[in-house]
Amino acid sequence: MYEKDGEKYFVVDSHMHYWDASPENWVPGAEQYAKGWIECFHAYMGLAPENTHWPIEKFMNYGEETMMKDLFEDGYVDVGIFQSTYLKEWYTTGFNTTERNAQLVEKYPGKFIVNGRWDPREGDAGIKQLKEDAKRYNLKGVKLYTAEWREGSRGWTLKDPEAFRFLEKSQELGIKNIHVHKGPTIWPLDKDAFDVSDVDQAATQFQDLNFIVEHVGLPRIEDFCFMATQEPNVYAGLSVVLGGLMHARPKFFAKVMGELLFWVGEDKMTFGSDYGIWEPKWQVEGLVAWDYPDDTYSDYPRVNVATKKKILGLNAAKLYDIEVPLECRLPVPEDEPASQDDAQLVDAGEARR
Amino acid sequence: MTAGLETKPAPITPQDPHDPLSAAVLASLDGVRDPELDEPVTTLGFVSSCAVTADGVAEIRLRLPTYFCAPNFAFLMVADAYDAASAVPGVRRAEVVLEDHFASTEINDGVAARAGFVQAFDGEAVAELGDLRRDFLRKAVWAGTDRVARPLAAAGYTEHQLAALSLGQTPDSRDLQRLRARRAELGLPDGDDDPLLLDPATGQAIGIEALPLHLRRARLTRVSLDANSGICRGMLHHRYGTVDERGDTE
Repeated sequence: MYEKDGEKYFVVDSHMHYWDASPENWVPGAEQYAKGWIECFHAYMGLAPENTHWPIEKFMNYGEETMMKDLFEDGYVDVGIFQSTYLKEWYTTGFNTTERNAQLVEKYPGKFIVNGRWDPREGDAGIKQLKEDAKRYNLKGVKLYTAEWREGSRGWTLKDPEAFRFLEKSQELGIKNIHVHKGPTIWPLDKDAFDVSDVDQAATQFQDLNFIVEHVGLPRIEDFCFMATQEPNVYAGLSVVLGGLMHARPKFFAKVMGELLFWVGEDKMTFGSDYGIWEPKWQVEGLVAWDYPDDTYSDYPRVNVATKKKILGLNAAKLYDIEVPLECRLPVPEDEPASQDDAQLVDAGEARR
Repeated sequence: MTAGLETKPAPITPQDPHDPLSAAVLASLDGVRDPELDEPVTTLGFVSSCAVTADGVAEIRLRLPTYFCAPNFAFLMVADAYDAASAVPGVRRAEVVLEDHFASTEINDGVAARAGFVQAFDGEAVAELGDLRRDFLRKAVWAGTDRVARPLAAAGYTEHQLAALSLGQTPDSRDLQRLRARRAELGLPDGDDDPLLLDPATGQAIGIEALPLHLRRARLTRVSLDANSGICRGMLHHRYGTVDERGDTE
């Protein structure tokens, strides 16, 4: 929880990692990829305030103790949601697998939620695995990488019939949060890894599922926004938006936030630090202190305490049924003034035509 | 154990080559753009060296913000640089090398052999990049529309005036010239009598009722391109110690 000016902010870090990218974990023969990948991640850290930069050695394997301190002691995080990433072609025991993350879920009750994964190309075996994982880890969400290569296939889309089968199964198993990685990827040779039209179709088809588009489709924020404005169950995962822009590019950050608030809205934006790429502390403090730099941004929706509470934790708490302490909740809606983006939502709704 | 993992090469900027031919080749690279960012590779800092040898070989080295930058865009930039340099009078042959990239070998060899993207990534890529280029030109038209129309709206042009404005009536600026050039590349109307505001997908003029959303979408696209470009510059700066000169400008 973060407290500022008498307001208490419940913080759900809905996109964070616990990885091991140390050289001991590099797959022999794939060292250049394992090294290239983690160095690429490390370069993103360069966009954070300088006093939060780490040397590459620490970055490759920061360990449990450091993470617990960075998140919960220093970083104001109440609940962290692990997004698992396997990358076993490069990292012998995986980059950060569900198994590894689940150990911490068990060790620190109430602190973490672990998300699983599925891949429609795994067919019946994949369905079986999903059922087991859902039961074993009490899954409420999954993270999907549509651009991932597998045995000659160059990725898949959420509108494939096989994917629909997995979405149906997810729904049946109580997995209602589908996090989709739409952002920088390593296999974008001919498949456009940033294309979000498949999320559009799946979100229309599965209205009881929530689709959280991680990294807001960066670098194609415009395609994401234009799609999300038409789908009530599509969310903007803010990891990279905050970490990559808030400090390094404050004016662009203000514009991107303004666009997201306009097209997607404050009820559908979720905070994610993308730890260990960036520490949550400066991001939480920065977002709470943030406002548009000047009045040239006057035609974007305004931000207030409620906006920030929703983004930092309340929206994700709703998605994951996390109990929020009374002192951190918003006032009961009855005397809440009419939402200020009502008018803009009508306007944005024209995009549906 | 990890010594040397993160060696940063010294910053190199190919400024003011001494001989006129090298300068001409570098100038030709101003016309090579990152298709995703719609900015020249020269101002982005992607050209790490550029020189022409005594026997007329243009030697160009390009670099990108990360080891894993999208290879399709990288391929387009290397191929375009090759074409631009080869077309400079006095250049006998061009050699373009992409440095420090996971697909450097495929891209460098593919472009040198004048092979297409599919052939360069034999068995890995199935489509050439023409459509991708067009998609991004269309985005450049959207973003360019904001660059031209927003200052006009700020200067007092009403929605009706904007909707009625032709390219010939629009006050001239570099942004307008750039917008017209992108429209021409896409085969969209770009004559003096053609409307300033049109649908980049169909070429149809934008009516007054669709105009507010059109301008919103234009701005959104520009914000996206600018933010992305900001991240790329920051990453390049981190990787090579380049001067992050453009910074956080409008």
